[in-house]
Amino acid sequence: MIKVALPAHLRTLAGVSGDVSLDVDGVATLGSVLDALEAHYPVLRGAIRDHVTQQRRPYVRFFACQEDLSHEPPDAPLPALVVSGAEPFFIVGAIAGGKRDRIERSRGVRQSVI
Amino acid sequence: MSGVRVLVGTHKGAFVLASDGKRDRWEVSGPHFGGWEIHHVKGSPVNPDRLYAAQSSSWFGQQIHRSDDGGKTWEPVGNKFVYDGVTGTHQWYDGTPHPWEFKRVWHLEPSLTDADTVYGGVEDAALFRSTDGGQNWQELSGLRGHGSGPRWQPGAGGMCLHSIVLDPADPRRIFVAISAAGAFRTDDGGENWRPINQGLYSQYIPEPTAEVGHCVHRIAMHKSRPGVLFMQKHWDVMRSDNAGDSWQEISGNLPTDFGFVIDVHAHEPETVYVVPIKSDSEHYPPDGKLRVYRSRSGGNEWEALTKGLPQRDCYVNVLRDAMAVDSLDECGVYFGTTGGQVYASANGGDSWAPIVRDLPAVFSVEVQTL
Repeated sequence: MIKVALPAHLRTLAGVSGDVSLDVDGVATLGSVLDALEAHYPVLRGAIRDHVTQQRRPYVRFFACQEDLSHEPPDAPLPALVVSGAEPFFIVGAIAGGKRDRIERSRGVRQSVI
Repeated sequence: MSGVRVLVGTHKGAFVLASDGKRDRWEVSGPHFGGWEIHHVKGSPVNPDRLYAAQSSSWFGQQIHRSDDGGKTWEPVGNKFVYDGVTGTHQWYDGTPHPWEFKRVWHLEPSLTDADTVYGGVEDAALFRSTDGGQNWQELSGLRGHGSGPRWQPGAGGMCLHSIVLDPADPRRIFVAISAAGAFRTDDGGENWRPINQGLYSQYIPEPTAEVGHCVHRIAMHKSRPGVLFMQKHWDVMRSDNAGDSWQEISGNLPTDFGFVIDVHAHEPETVYVVPIKSDSEHYPPDGKLRVYRSRSGGNEWEALTKGLPQRDCYVNVLRDAMAVDSLDECGVYFGTTGGQVYASANGGDSWAPIVRDLPAVFSVEVQTL
């Protein structure tokens, strides 16, 4: 199971309170995990990727294992630790400024974003 | 008629303000959709418990929610606004062609006859319609496609379709207004459109009397006289007595004819309200005095309504969708400010009192008479 950490507004939209766990068929890639997420939570369609072009919305970023995956292509395999469920795949609303520990507390995650 | 419900869209959520017919004690609920920009919330005139709300976020795009219990609970509906056919280009600020790009929904206008039908005015300017309660949206592309679309240009706030006025006497007639393209009308349910801007004069565009290019801020109509329209243009308050075929200025003795809102008394079709704003570079009231102006003669002669409104040190704005009236026996008038106040008058504007003072900046105010 792949764990996906959503930003607060998308958790509210999806009606979930914490990370979501997803089964992904075949090779887990950036695109396939987003496909699975949108299939489970159709309300998130258009909120992360454009409905038509499927391009990432400009202020949405993807992170995992301390790496910025935002500019990876959709068919890029996810890190093994994400595929195994040891590390979450983070979908983040881009931010500027803020305080690291406060961001971590408010998001309930173990890493923050610059 | 036993009460009113005021639907308020703000920079950081939606609020529902409810009162009985006396309109002196209010219950406030919200924020709904906290943190989201709520450009508009409006109820169906067919089923007042059916509300539609437009949420927008720079991060997460557009959402539409629907309520079937008067705003107590909400469910997400469709947020896929895809332009029909070849998207084409409009003019950018520098006059160069720029592709149409969906940004947000500015205005939701529920049908007068069917609670599941609702129109959406969007930026970049286009008109969409849903006939299934907001689940699916189709563009009425005859508006962008009638010929002048490539010459439309955004105003300072973006190229938004912000006014949708449905004709209660003719279900096939719809009026819309776009900043900064102008006003348009269809007489066949949205298939074909034409600009209705004759008589508008905008001195800062290359051709001041051009067919399109006017920054119309708001259009209002009284339901008993759908052929009479009132307009707050960027500068100038205007009136048409022939469904927009031609317009005459009615700014008269207003202290400034710049502004955003305009509305009509529920029972007096010649009584019109505006909130003059100093200028397009100073989006606040003249002299720090928040004054609603009322004309009882359909324009030209205006009186300042000040009782209960701040008359010193007030520098808020009143945005284009932020005024509405109720239809109780004594007409109530409501408006919201960028300072977070929602003011109400239960006597047609003679006196005012704030319902709330400290909301986020108010984008829109709608009223349901229950």
